[in-house]
Amino acid sequence: MLRYIVKRVTAGTLVLGIVSAIVFSIFYILPSDPARLACGKSCTPELMQRIKVALEIDQPLQVQYGRFIKGIFVGRTYLKGSEAELQCGAPCLGYSYQTDQPVTSLLMDRLPATLSIAAGASVLWLLVGLSSGIVSALRRGTMVDKFSQGVALGAASLQIYFVGLILQFIFVDKLAWLPMPGYTSPFEYPLDWAKQMALPWITLAFLLSAIYSRLTRAGMIEVMSEDYVRTARAKGLLARDVNMKHVLRGAITPIVTVFGLDLGALLGGAVITEYVFNVPGLGKLSTEAVTNLDIPVVTGTVLFAAFFVITANIIVDLVYASLDPKVRLT
Amino acid sequence: MVHAVDNLSFSVEKGKTLGIVGESGSGKSVTSLAILGLHKGTRAEVSGQIYVDGQDVNAMDESQVRKLRGKSMAMIFQDALAAMHPYYTIGNQIAEAYQVHNKVSKGEAKKRAIEMLDRVGIPEPQKRIGDYPHQFSGGMRQRAMIAMALSCNPSLLIADEPTTALDVTVQAQILELLRDLQKEFGTAIILITHDLGVVAETADDILLMYAGKAIEYGTVRDVLQKPQHPYGWGLLTSIPRLTGDPDKKLLAIPGTPPSLISVPSGCAFNPRCTYVSQVGTACSASIPELLPVSAGAHHLVRCHLDVKTREDIFKNQVAPNL
Repeated sequence: MLRYIVKRVTAGTLVLGIVSAIVFSIFYILPSDPARLACGKSCTPELMQRIKVALEIDQPLQVQYGRFIKGIFVGRTYLKGSEAELQCGAPCLGYSYQTDQPVTSLLMDRLPATLSIAAGASVLWLLVGLSSGIVSALRRGTMVDKFSQGVALGAASLQIYFVGLILQFIFVDKLAWLPMPGYTSPFEYPLDWAKQMALPWITLAFLLSAIYSRLTRAGMIEVMSEDYVRTARAKGLLARDVNMKHVLRGAITPIVTVFGLDLGALLGGAVITEYVFNVPGLGKLSTEAVTNLDIPVVTGTVLFAAFFVITANIIVDLVYASLDPKVRLT
Repeated sequence: MVHAVDNLSFSVEKGKTLGIVGESGSGKSVTSLAILGLHKGTRAEVSGQIYVDGQDVNAMDESQVRKLRGKSMAMIFQDALAAMHPYYTIGNQIAEAYQVHNKVSKGEAKKRAIEMLDRVGIPEPQKRIGDYPHQFSGGMRQRAMIAMALSCNPSLLIADEPTTALDVTVQAQILELLRDLQKEFGTAIILITHDLGVVAETADDILLMYAGKAIEYGTVRDVLQKPQHPYGWGLLTSIPRLTGDPDKKLLAIPGTPPSLISVPSGCAFNPRCTYVSQVGTACSASIPELLPVSAGAHHLVRCHLDVKTREDIFKNQVAPNL
């Protein structure tokens, strides 16, 4: 078990290294010059050179990459020996070209908003998706099933930027039941936090509940025809126990897997949701960084997102092994 | 509407075994599921009476039948691996079967599970109850299924091809276990199989089914030694024998079993029957009744051939091939 975890974490770290190298190379190939952007209108070749040295982009790619990796593990020092010497402690992801803030503190500032969206939305979509899927499967072929699966099909086809804007128009602009979405700390103003988060939660959950509902329904129906469900009925169990203890238990494993991966991907930034509702999360940060060619921030957000996806994968595999006794971790 | 099973009547006494024999699709499994009320309620309908311990199961509503399932009547299946939940331990599944019908604590149910596993011959049962079905061998899984089915000491056990998926030595062990337990608990067993050898060894009575109908019914002795139906003759002469001539071809019944969607008119077996010419048009015109071989006999057969002709055919054409 421990050996397995060590193995997976090592492999995960390797993947992160590859991701960072790819992101680094992409921006090196891109026809853009951060020094030129920073230099402004009254640029002279001397100033340009000084900026390049300050940003450390005068060095070859592999040297830049080496320093970047070193910065993550032990920290790094910019402009060494000059009076403007700058210490960047580990884990150092560099400084934003745009705001001069350390990338790590930018990421940490934006993480709570993304966490809030992911946590609230996932609770909502699990509740709605699983329960409607279960009801549909148990009432298969009835009006309830047709209605709920019809809604699910529709919802799964709609996009966040469409549903989001419509909901915002209705609940914020017309009815004024909710404030403009945004982020406040849940520890200081929990009610405001929930009110501001409500629309992002609902919008995101709207789409994902639909997918989970269909997934749950299909899984339950498949398991219902399993021999072991017939055995459970032959034991004389109540229909409720057959469905909840035997059918649902048989159908839940793939749902847990998909949920872990969805959550991991979401933690890297609910890009469209954050953009639509202007929530200052990681997704918003990454889109801003890409628009501004703020390379250190882009690299930082991509690495952060990759970190969440990889971690989610490892956790999903561990959880899967505990859910399915046939799976052995080696 | 398709008649998966038609006009079927049989009985099993306590401590006795009835073997229901027939090809795939002859209605054996449907019959057993109907007894437990496990047929698909919306799609299948059972008419008539099914008495278990003197109560008509078919007249009860679902909640009453449920209370009898597992308690008065239990079932074991062909594929024990598929028939057990892959994510619950063996012990958990046996304890659950016991707890449904007995108001006992978890600890007591677990004790019962250990006791039952021990009774069906699983070594170190207190350790093995923590195992999952995939950690058991095929024979052990079927033993565990039997432990589960018998945990509430039912009056009737339906065994639906319990040994088909097992190799021959394990098969013999399971059949012996069933016999022992039957003696101990006085359970009535309905053994569903297509293996005449298994029936010959275990059953007291045989019900031979074809296209959803009983075609021959009687004691093992009568049906296997003095078979009366051409289908039964066909089955018996198609079995290879150790004492037989190795160069001689086995006799097969021509044709294939009919689809229940389009059952042949008259006797369902008539298109495959070698002796139709002895009867004339009756075979395809009317369905023969299930009648005693001789007045008052317990041996019943559904065939248009008259008794005299049947005896002649058996003596001259069938018996030499057995």
